[in-house]
Amino acid sequence: MINFQNIEKSFGEQLVLKSINLEIKKGELMVLLGASGSGKTTMLRMINGLENPDFGSIQIANKRLENRPLLELRKEIGYVIQKVGLFPHYSVYDNVATILRLKNEKEQVVKEKVEKWLDKIGLRVSVYGRKFPAELSGGEAQRIGLARALVAKPKIILLDEPFSALDPISRLKIRNEFREIQKEEKLTAVMVTHDVLEAVSMADRICLLAHGEIQQVGTPQEIIYKPKNQSVKEFVKGDQFQAALASVSLREIIPFLKADALENQDLDSSVLDYLQEADSTYHAIVLNAFYKWKEELL
Amino acid sequence: MEVFKQLIEHIELTLVSLCIAILLGVAIGILIAVNKRSTKTVLTLVNTIQTIPSLALLGFLLPFLGIGVVPAIMALFLYALLPIVRNTYTGISEVDASVKESAIAMGMTRSQILFKVELPLALPYVMAGIRTASVINVGVATLSAFIAAGGLGKFILQGIQLNNTNMILAGAIPASLLALFFDAILGKIQSSSTKVIRWFSIILLGGTFIYLLISGVQNFNKSTIEKDLIGGFPSEFVYREDGLKGLFKAYDFEIKYVEMEIGLMYQALANGEVDVVSGFSTDGRIKAYNLRTLEDNRNYFPPYEAAPVARQLIIKKYPEIKESLARLEDRITNDEMTEMNFKVDERKMQPEEVALDFLLAKGILSTEREAPVKRSGIIKIGSKAFTENYILAHLFKFVIEAHTNLKVELKLGFGGTKLLMDAMKNDEIDLYPEYTGTALLLLLETNTQERESIMSNPEKVYGFVKRESLKQFEFEWLSTLGFNNTFAILMRSEQAAKLNLQNVEDLAKYSLQ
Repeated sequence: MINFQNIEKSFGEQLVLKSINLEIKKGELMVLLGASGSGKTTMLRMINGLENPDFGSIQIANKRLENRPLLELRKEIGYVIQKVGLFPHYSVYDNVATILRLKNEKEQVVKEKVEKWLDKIGLRVSVYGRKFPAELSGGEAQRIGLARALVAKPKIILLDEPFSALDPISRLKIRNEFREIQKEEKLTAVMVTHDVLEAVSMADRICLLAHGEIQQVGTPQEIIYKPKNQSVKEFVKGDQFQAALASVSLREIIPFLKADALENQDLDSSVLDYLQEADSTYHAIVLNAFYKWKEELL
Repeated sequence: MEVFKQLIEHIELTLVSLCIAILLGVAIGILIAVNKRSTKTVLTLVNTIQTIPSLALLGFLLPFLGIGVVPAIMALFLYALLPIVRNTYTGISEVDASVKESAIAMGMTRSQILFKVELPLALPYVMAGIRTASVINVGVATLSAFIAAGGLGKFILQGIQLNNTNMILAGAIPASLLALFFDAILGKIQSSSTKVIRWFSIILLGGTFIYLLISGVQNFNKSTIEKDLIGGFPSEFVYREDGLKGLFKAYDFEIKYVEMEIGLMYQALANGEVDVVSGFSTDGRIKAYNLRTLEDNRNYFPPYEAAPVARQLIIKKYPEIKESLARLEDRITNDEMTEMNFKVDERKMQPEEVALDFLLAKGILSTEREAPVKRSGIIKIGSKAFTENYILAHLFKFVIEAHTNLKVELKLGFGGTKLLMDAMKNDEIDLYPEYTGTALLLLLETNTQERESIMSNPEKVYGFVKRESLKQFEFEWLSTLGFNNTFAILMRSEQAAKLNLQNVEDLAKYSLQ
């Protein structure tokens, strides 16, 4: 669906992306993961033409980006950013309706679609339609941001650290809701984050970037268990990554746990059995995470 | 009603200039917000304009735009520009980067972003700028009276010149009320919805455009028809009893005229904005601007012969003062005095230097050095705050010190005749130059009949003034200096020659009716 071919980009003297090749498949959620300054946001912004590569090309549905009318293309790509960027002088309703109006949709159609999407993200038009962005909580605002990005039925949605400014509870909720919508609508989604926990818990695949280069592309498990090089390993070893690892491991573990073990709460032996089978190089970490999880559970 | 008419004129000036400033200011503000490279230059430029004193700005514009409503609107427009440009720029720059990015990513064109997002969000800033500009404009518009553009400033100007407090208030109170009114209205609009602001802008700008169109057509018609001589007179001259009204009466004619500030008047005459002005006979600018004095052939203006006036007591104490100053009797002609004023005003020479040069040239003082004398006794000489008086005070000083043993102290630059009189009465000064006409009309208590009967005869006036000053104040008038600095009706020399105008009576040819 989206194809980066030999992309290179520098800002002034500084090379921010070098020889980037990446294919993002239709309907998958690709997370661009990396520390700040790794070039992940620049990559994302190239997809809707907010940045242009110095060399190489980007193809969307096998058409080179530079051959497409940019303004039309942008209307087909949803865009969600950390600071949301709702228009402060528009009501919630008008904010969501803007892009439909830009596309000259009839007001009747606009109304139907806005109502549908506000409903879908759990904010009713009757309550929220007339509110202004200043009256919304952070979580509400980002839901509106999502509705705005989705209302025109884009094939692609780009998300730049969309949930990182939210409190932990709304962050978890909205993450799951988005994931459901994304699967349901078969959206091709590209999400930028530095939050490993978020990456591994949401991604179909992760593209790990460091110093403007792709280090590894793979499923969360591949990134965790089969780090391709030292750089990925370093990332994996980080504190942040351990937490993520715990979360992923448990997700992986639970289906394997014996049903009676869950009922009897005799989890320990069940986990040990699993770990022997899994032949993981990270036994200790997984085990540690498991005990923590168990403590919380009990 | 006069106040109402001036108020309307004032509103016209303010609104028209404000609207042009809004149109251009918002446009410039947008431009510099979009094109960041020009920001600093443009903001510095409009900032600089703002720092020019209002009267100076009117002076700068005079050679290009002349006098009247057009330069006044231009000046007001320039003043209104800064707050509007700066606020528009700030308003647009302050739009949150994430909001702008959302708009771009949504596929908006540049103009859609400007009109749907940036301008609506900048609107409160723009309105605040317009509010500031309107209040500034109502204030500055009072100065338009200086260049004959009318408005409430006319009252203020007249009031100041005629020392009439009620008249000043008649201009100042409506002006401040108007400023408050504008501020309140614009404040109300500022806090209302975008729709109201949009309609307000359309009505305001549309109205101004139509107004400009209509008044433009009117002016065009006017300027093609009229070929009259136009007078330019300071308010004081227009309204005082022995000023313009009396002049028209005495000569039985009337020409079209505008009121203007005295400092700008000469320049306006030189630039051909006006053709006839009232000045003073010995003003240096007569020479500087190559003007001609039309002869007052009906002797309408009273004589203003200059002479030293001293406290009687000091003359009794030092009779040598009188003797020494007698050497100046009838030694200065009008042309010579004009020349001396010209040297100070236009050539920027020191009054002291000019006075000394004159005395040496006339042989009243010699260059030969006399042996230093031991000074005994001090005499204090005062003067009013204008060039001619400074020069005269120095002349007196040189002559007295050369021919007596007295030491002279100068106390120059009194703000007005009244202050000088008080200083004389309190023995703070002993002697100062005065004019017979001023004493006759302002200082001495006289009855109208007596005044009228002697007014056209300089000798009688001098005699009267000398006698009455002694009686009323115990001041002694010494011998006159020879020149007569009375009111003068002035024209450009070349125009007067071309139209063959010699005296004031000749102006009757150009009378309105």
